[in-house]
Amino acid sequence: MTAARKKPTSKQTLANLPFAYRQYDAAALREALRKMYLIRRFEEGAEDSYTRGLIHGTMHLSIGQEASAMGICMPLETADQITSTHRGHGHSIAKGADVKRMFAEFFGKTTGYCKGRGGSMHIADVAGGNLGANGIVGGGIPIAVGAALTAKKMKTGNVVISFFGDGANNEGAFHEALNMASVWKLPVIFVCENNGYGMSTSTERSTAVKNIADRAAAYSMPGVIVDGNNFSQVAEASHEAVERARAGDGPTLIESKTYRYRGHSKSDRNRYRTKEEIEDWMTNRDPIILFESEMKEFGIIDDAGIEAIREDVKREIAEGIEFAKTSPAPDVADVARYVYTEEQA
Amino acid sequence: MPVEVILPKVDMDMATGRITRWYAEEGAVVKQGDVLFEIETDKAAMEIDAPASGTVRAITGAVGVDIPVGEPVAWIYAEGEDAGTIPDKPAAGSSSRAEPSASEQEAKENADVVAVQGKNKAEEQRPDGQVRATPLARRIAKDSGVDIAGIAGSGPRGRVVRADVDAAIAGGTPPSGLPAISPSGGEIRQSPTSELPISALEGEMAGRPEGGISHPKPMSDDTGLKLFEEGSYELVPHDAMRRTIARRLVEAKSTIPHFYLTLDCEIDALLALRKQLNDAAPKVKSDKGEEPAYKLSVNDLVIKAMAVALRAVPDANASWTEGGMLKHKHADVGVAVSIPGGLITPIVRKADEKTLSVISNEMKDLAMRARNRKLKPEEYQGGTTAVSNLGMFGIKDFAAVINPPHATILAVGAGEERAVVKGGQVVVANVMSVTLSTDHRAVDGALGAELLAAFKRAIENPLTMLV
Amino acid sequence: MDATPRELSYAQAIQEAMAIAMEADERVFLMGEDIGVYGGAFQVTGDLVERFGPDRVMDTPISELGGAGVAVGAAMTGMRPIFEFQFSDFATLAMEQIVNQAAKMRFMLGGEVSVPLVMRFPAGSGTGAAAQHSQSLEAWLGHVPGLKVIQPATPHDAKGMLLAAIADPDPVMIFEHKLLYKMKGPVPEGHYTVPIGKAEVRREGRDVTVVATSIMVHKALEAAELLAGEGIDLEVIDLKTIRPLDRQTIIDSVKKTSRLISVHESVKTLGIGAEISATIAESDAFDFLDAPIVRLGGAETPIPYNPELEKAVVPQVPDIVTAARDLVKGRR
Repeated sequence: MTAARKKPTSKQTLANLPFAYRQYDAAALREALRKMYLIRRFEEGAEDSYTRGLIHGTMHLSIGQEASAMGICMPLETADQITSTHRGHGHSIAKGADVKRMFAEFFGKTTGYCKGRGGSMHIADVAGGNLGANGIVGGGIPIAVGAALTAKKMKTGNVVISFFGDGANNEGAFHEALNMASVWKLPVIFVCENNGYGMSTSTERSTAVKNIADRAAAYSMPGVIVDGNNFSQVAEASHEAVERARAGDGPTLIESKTYRYRGHSKSDRNRYRTKEEIEDWMTNRDPIILFESEMKEFGIIDDAGIEAIREDVKREIAEGIEFAKTSPAPDVADVARYVYTEEQA
Repeated sequence: MPVEVILPKVDMDMATGRITRWYAEEGAVVKQGDVLFEIETDKAAMEIDAPASGTVRAITGAVGVDIPVGEPVAWIYAEGEDAGTIPDKPAAGSSSRAEPSASEQEAKENADVVAVQGKNKAEEQRPDGQVRATPLARRIAKDSGVDIAGIAGSGPRGRVVRADVDAAIAGGTPPSGLPAISPSGGEIRQSPTSELPISALEGEMAGRPEGGISHPKPMSDDTGLKLFEEGSYELVPHDAMRRTIARRLVEAKSTIPHFYLTLDCEIDALLALRKQLNDAAPKVKSDKGEEPAYKLSVNDLVIKAMAVALRAVPDANASWTEGGMLKHKHADVGVAVSIPGGLITPIVRKADEKTLSVISNEMKDLAMRARNRKLKPEEYQGGTTAVSNLGMFGIKDFAAVINPPHATILAVGAGEERAVVKGGQVVVANVMSVTLSTDHRAVDGALGAELLAAFKRAIENPLTMLV
Repeated sequence: MDATPRELSYAQAIQEAMAIAMEADERVFLMGEDIGVYGGAFQVTGDLVERFGPDRVMDTPISELGGAGVAVGAAMTGMRPIFEFQFSDFATLAMEQIVNQAAKMRFMLGGEVSVPLVMRFPAGSGTGAAAQHSQSLEAWLGHVPGLKVIQPATPHDAKGMLLAAIADPDPVMIFEHKLLYKMKGPVPEGHYTVPIGKAEVRREGRDVTVVATSIMVHKALEAAELLAGEGIDLEVIDLKTIRPLDRQTIIDSVKKTSRLISVHESVKTLGIGAEISATIAESDAFDFLDAPIVRLGGAETPIPYNPELEKAVVPQVPDIVTAARDLVKGRR
């Protein structure tokens, strides 16, 4: 999203406020909160539709990671690009996708972003700068580097964000892609959303370094650790990395430490973590609750304002699901379309 | 509004689920996130949490039955909500076992269909053997009306290739084992680099049936030729039909125990009826002008009489197979038709159900196409009996060779005026002698006699064939 | 125009095609290992780096998976990369990006993007490079919808098909037999294309259709000359593209000759020849077959080092001669 920069006013002393409250005006912050609600309600709506059998395939929900998606996308322009992951619904919404067309895609309808061919795991919005979620762990990382190579060669001034999870940091593609991006000083930002588990395997059990950001040293790029549930911290790190990339100083690795409330996918039976652990994150570290209370504290929103956002989001989600339900399904006769580029007549 | 608790989809490809146990009873107070019930999928059991806090009411999800995904299994009422309004829905899973499911019903029907098809297949099975031939050879043979079974294959293991069929159509066969004909019909030069080892060639020749006639061994060509002075004969190569006739007759006469029955039929009534019917035939327009709609021959009446007789004596309408007796349900009557260079036996199918005019017209068409070698295999293969008529040559009586898979063949002699004794008086009557050859494995003497008697009844009381 | 056509080697023809494309379109650039000052492992890029500079003739780290992914990402966002694998065997390191990403991206995204990517694979045996540098893996990629897979057999086609591949909006995989790189042949000047998906009858004949790929086209033509002396007339089809397959040219030829041999260097089992055979078995050409179909292909072994063993595991001219002779003489 394009964020309007806040003009400092005389009656407030901004110096001691966290980054986001110095950087953005109230409208931009309220919109960020609205989008975080939109992500959460979208995930809940998708989950509900799945349990009702309206959605055919499995999905990976990002409830609990909303601040990470939203904070990273704060400094991006529409022309900037992202590559996303199997847990990519939040990235898509944060980058500006329309939930109507996302629901339609999940329902397998022609009005969906991928015309019903991709589903949850390949949700994309190419016009909006989302080059697509990826079903292969680490699959999108080199692709983001390639997009950044285009940006550099064509001198577009665009930056590219590569979202991936903690699991992907152990893929070979991670190593190869970060190395090349650094060698060629490409305008790409690697965002590792570390939610603690690659499916069931915790980062402690899978990863030799304590912090994934520590690996940045191996590629001579900055490695930044942020509390992924703190919107302002995430946005700040993203801002710095984007500025560095646009200036031609090359890539940054941001590790955004966060937590997913739901299981890995719909088949997860939650055998690898305790209810207490989940409960603790949900009660004490929820990104939306944290952001709301900060905004109230700094006088940016009140309870009525929050309630208004909730109602607005509820309506948008309901409309999205209705749109998806009533949209046409693809014609089976068209199944071979889009395998190759159709010849222009 | 109470919050609906549904049977959730927890696994891909999951259409129904079973609740294995409830952790909350009717009326229990639960907190959002408490485990409410457990469901079982084909992979594992999974605990389902309460979607809201409140009182559990209207538990309809019974334990141990299949419940469709998305079906409500209970409701959670918030504090103070009216607990009296239980949602008006049938209990989930309550009717799922009452009747056979659609898929079960379908499976049963499919099984029935399979059974019926299997039965049909057994009836339609042809006892003739398989021929090894290339697709191209088969296609050319079929298009040319040549029976590929009568062609000696020059390929490995006796495979019939295009060159063999071409040669058969051209009236000769290539020297067995020397496939010297290229696809374009030209000769292939045997170059010095040819690697064809003579021993291999001989081996192939030795393993190849000679023209398909292998048992019993006839006199060898060399022995036969020695009996004639060189130059006193012309050696005419066999064509495919000659080879087929030779093979099939040797097979029939050497494997079928033939048994013969002869009797005389008076045909004055038949001749009178034939004249009457032909005179009464309506005229139809054709490209040759006006023609009678039919012109019955005596043979047409014989075909019909044979079919009527088989209908009357169904045990004789049979074919011997090693696996069991084929009892035919229709009388399919083959008629031997003499054509230049041989004979062929087209079949009048279901002759018992056809009228005389239909049989007559069909027979004319079959005979004409037989002479032009334009019959399709299905028009001359099969059948349940046959008729061979040499009456037009003045033959009084003869015995025919059975044409497998038939169990009988009727040889028909000439109708002629003979002196017969009736009630002590010698009178003149038109009489026709017929001889029935039977396959004794399928049709015993008495049964054959019964069939022939039925034939005589039909011939001598021809009006019965009109009803 | 000169009376005698200009001759180039296969490698030179590829280099010329790349140079023409780079001159014409600034979006075209080359990526690969040691393709810059080194000139490529087989000297295919040669001195292109001097003409176009290191930004357009990019040496990559030894990172096949990452490099392939970068090429996919660049292609998706507006560039036209040509990615050289040093040996086709190394495609195995990059299968994820080729098969899961390049081939499927357009489909997964409902037609919202294209991936105009060219990948070049030096392939095949005969150089004594042993098991990990001699494979022919084209059938692997031929199995993937979304990819196009080509195998030009001559310098003329190498240039024309590469230019067609660069212009193609979809990912095109080119398998170049290493033994062909030094082969010379007439190559027209300037820009021209040879269509992807179209086979060519290299030699007309009446007795046996031989469908060959890449270097096997030349072996089949050699076999045809030998057999002509025996009165056996081979029709040789240069398949050129294995996906999409030009089925009609094969069907038409078999209807004429009634006999079919397929010959390729990649492994026979579950290979291209099986697809060619099945094409005939499923078509109306089936009724024209006058002999069993014969497939010649790589043996069920890795490529060995010893030169005699190396020759023994891929079809050679005498194999084609014997197969054709046996078919015509009714010995198979």
